[in-house]
Amino acid sequence: MITMENVCKSYKVAKRNAGFGEACKALFRREYEVIHALNKLSFTIQDGEMVGYIGPNGAGKSSTIKILSGILTPDSGTCVIDGRIPWKNRTEHVRHIGVVFGQRSQLWWDIPVIDSFELLKEIYSISTPQYNNKLEELTQLLQLQEILKTPTRQLSLGQRMRCEVAASLLHEPKLLFLDEPTIGLDAVSKLAVRDFIRKINREHKTTVILTTHDMQDIEVIAERVILIGRGQILLDGTLDALRHAALNTEDGTAEEQINLDRVVADLYRKLNIL
Amino acid sequence: MRKYYLFFRLRFAAGVQYRMAAITALTTQLVWGLMECLAYKAIAEASGNSLPMNYSAIVSYIWLKEALLALFNTWAADNDIFGMILNGDISYEMCRPLSVYSMWFSRTVGGRVSEALLRCIPVLLCAFLMPYPYKPGLPVSMEAFALFLLTAVFALGVTVAFCMLVYILCFFTLSPQGWRMVLTGAIDFLSGNIIPLPFFPQGYRKIAELLPFAYMQNVPFRIYCGDLAGADIPPAILKQIFWFLVLTLAGMLAWKQAEKRIIVQGG
Repeated sequence: MITMENVCKSYKVAKRNAGFGEACKALFRREYEVIHALNKLSFTIQDGEMVGYIGPNGAGKSSTIKILSGILTPDSGTCVIDGRIPWKNRTEHVRHIGVVFGQRSQLWWDIPVIDSFELLKEIYSISTPQYNNKLEELTQLLQLQEILKTPTRQLSLGQRMRCEVAASLLHEPKLLFLDEPTIGLDAVSKLAVRDFIRKINREHKTTVILTTHDMQDIEVIAERVILIGRGQILLDGTLDALRHAALNTEDGTAEEQINLDRVVADLYRKLNIL
Repeated sequence: MRKYYLFFRLRFAAGVQYRMAAITALTTQLVWGLMECLAYKAIAEASGNSLPMNYSAIVSYIWLKEALLALFNTWAADNDIFGMILNGDISYEMCRPLSVYSMWFSRTVGGRVSEALLRCIPVLLCAFLMPYPYKPGLPVSMEAFALFLLTAVFALGVTVAFCMLVYILCFFTLSPQGWRMVLTGAIDFLSGNIIPLPFFPQGYRKIAELLPFAYMQNVPFRIYCGDLAGADIPPAILKQIFWFLVLTLAGMLAWKQAEKRIIVQGG
């Protein structure tokens, strides 16, 4: 179970106007602006839930994921995941979680994917039979047979992302954080990744938290949607509740409401969080 | 332990992939080594052979330095690690149930040993084929050779522990370039990579020997060629261990601070 209570995180950003004169001035005196990425964020997620975490760019989605996975230390507030505080018991905590950052890579660039997997096997102390089983399962589900022996740098984005997802599940984590896992994928890879996430959740009761800008991801995967804007939770409920919230203000036609992207865009506008 | 060994092995595998780089480096090192041998020859003749090290010891020192450049240089730190810190891929490193410090330490050692193994054999082979005065000597004795190997391990430890500090400095300043330029330039000099420490004027040499950098490549190379011998060896080894412990501890403490400051920008 994940409980987050009143978590705050702010960043200091140096700002200046355009121009050479301004640049010189900034050498001596910098003006900082404090950005509140997360502002008293609280939520609870039960075991086995699939949660879609959405919000406009800069809403604080990634910051939340990074706090949950122990990378960032929040300024204040508490966060307890299965009895552990992520940033305090980092090494113990990360043993039980899998993370995919859609924009980064955890595979070694120059060597075949399978070598990276073997390293993960050692890092997480996975026993050989368990590793072999899992690898076979993942290879089949994500169709990795052909690409496991290829060096990472020669994989296409879609192939790489499938490997990234597999890599984060080798140690059978109870929790899976996906930060934009379908970014830049073609239709086939997207479908494969989505199906796979659902399957993992169904079969292993893995809790999944997913951030994305692709509303179809949310539609297919998430049973529950958390909408965040300006560091605060604005809506927490099912997809239908989300549709409803948008419907209540905009008098768009029913047809328009089928288009989820539009629903969400309307909501963002209505909540004034863009 | 096995985990760290695997890091080492993987980095090794990645290092071995760059064959072309190894060949070009070989040429550079041979030319550079020979040039240095000639320069010291000129100095030796001009000064009437009253150098602080004898000429054959200098030649051995130079060739060892060239052959093991990848192992002991302080300026070529693992660029992947700098990359990870600057572009945020460190996110993944922090999602592993291991200490980041140990992970990076074994990775750096792996990178250095793989490159050095690949490069030292051809450089040494070519060096031993050089005509007489420019040819490196064999170790002065079996014990000297054993001590050379032992102190080389400690020297690598001190060097890598120092590199770790340089990595961690990146967390405190946005661009590591400036720091690296200043630090590595000075340290290249103080570790005896440009001229061997015995060539330093007495006072400066005393200062250099108070610093950790004198306990990197300086010790094993001078033991090999017999310039550092007898009763001078044990204190040198003790100081190597001392500096290794101090630098590692400092690195770990600095990492603890850095960990709290991490900000991963954008995505």
